[in-house]
Amino acid sequence: MLVKVFVTSRKGILDPQGRAVEQSLKSLGFGGVGAVHVGRYIVLELDSPSLEQARETVRRMCGQLLTNPNIEDYTFEIEPQEGGPQEGGPR
Amino acid sequence: MKWGVVRFPGSLDDADTLWALGHVMGQEALSLWHKDEDLAGVQCVVLPGGFSYGDYLRCGAIARFAPIMKSVVRFANDGGLVLGICNGFQILCEAHLLPGALMRNRSLSFICERVNVRVENATTPFTCAAREGEVLRLPIKHGEGLYVAPADELRAMEARGQVLLRYTDAAGRERDDANPNGSTRAIAGVANENFNVFGLMPHPEHAVEAALGGEDGLKIFRSIVTSAERPRARVAGAAASRTSA
Repeated sequence: MLVKVFVTSRKGILDPQGRAVEQSLKSLGFGGVGAVHVGRYIVLELDSPSLEQARETVRRMCGQLLTNPNIEDYTFEIEPQEGGPQEGGPR
Repeated sequence: MKWGVVRFPGSLDDADTLWALGHVMGQEALSLWHKDEDLAGVQCVVLPGGFSYGDYLRCGAIARFAPIMKSVVRFANDGGLVLGICNGFQILCEAHLLPGALMRNRSLSFICERVNVRVENATTPFTCAAREGEVLRLPIKHGEGLYVAPADELRAMEARGQVLLRYTDAAGRERDDANPNGSTRAIAGVANENFNVFGLMPHPEHAVEAALGGEDGLKIFRSIVTSAERPRARVAGAAASRTSA
């Protein structure tokens, strides 16, 4: 499986990077720009017998290492990988 | 007293810390290797400044899983004194030995300058050689020093006296332009609830001799020596936390 984790600074937490990008976009003349958050995008391959188990593993990874729950939020997607073992059989 | 200074891959200030403790203060100070788990019977562990593991992922996030950190966490939970300077502070937050986290400076620039910090609580093992309200002049050099913590946690920390150092001007007044990195409530250093773990962004080890531009850093190290020799100082910090809680 291919896991894609998106990490952004938590809402309400000061995000100096996001704010700098927001200001720059506005000064370039892009209208309608609201709050900007700069985050991290992590892609990892994972061997897991089931999607449910993979989700649980990724949640634990995020809690222990990939994110700092104090200051960051995350979402993730899991894609079955071509040729690899996956639930639901071949697509 | 016996000190241990941990060296992680990417630590920078461990040698300067050993110099400050050993040469300047005449303490017994030894280097602790990140792959070891033995703390060699030290009475205070120092996590030094630098860029452990290249600051990959987040500052301090990888160092937290070094073998020696298991022993440091156990040592801290048993009441042992742990001091984290700069990257060491970041590691202590990532290891959950201290509340909160450190983010990119408000300016997004790396800052290297001398700043003033006011001692907010002088009853702890890390500040008992200073006076409450005393302003120390110490160097900072960091890109990620903006301290944040959830609002309710911050309130509780302030009430318990866990904020030990705050950025101020030379006269000890809080001013936005005296807050170098944009830290919440101008926080420069915090202790845990039991007052045996302390993290700060300024570098006391770089302010221990007149030739380095100042000696105010000695107050932090002297506090620790004093409290180790008089275990009551440690209790005082805990007592302060109970009365104000």
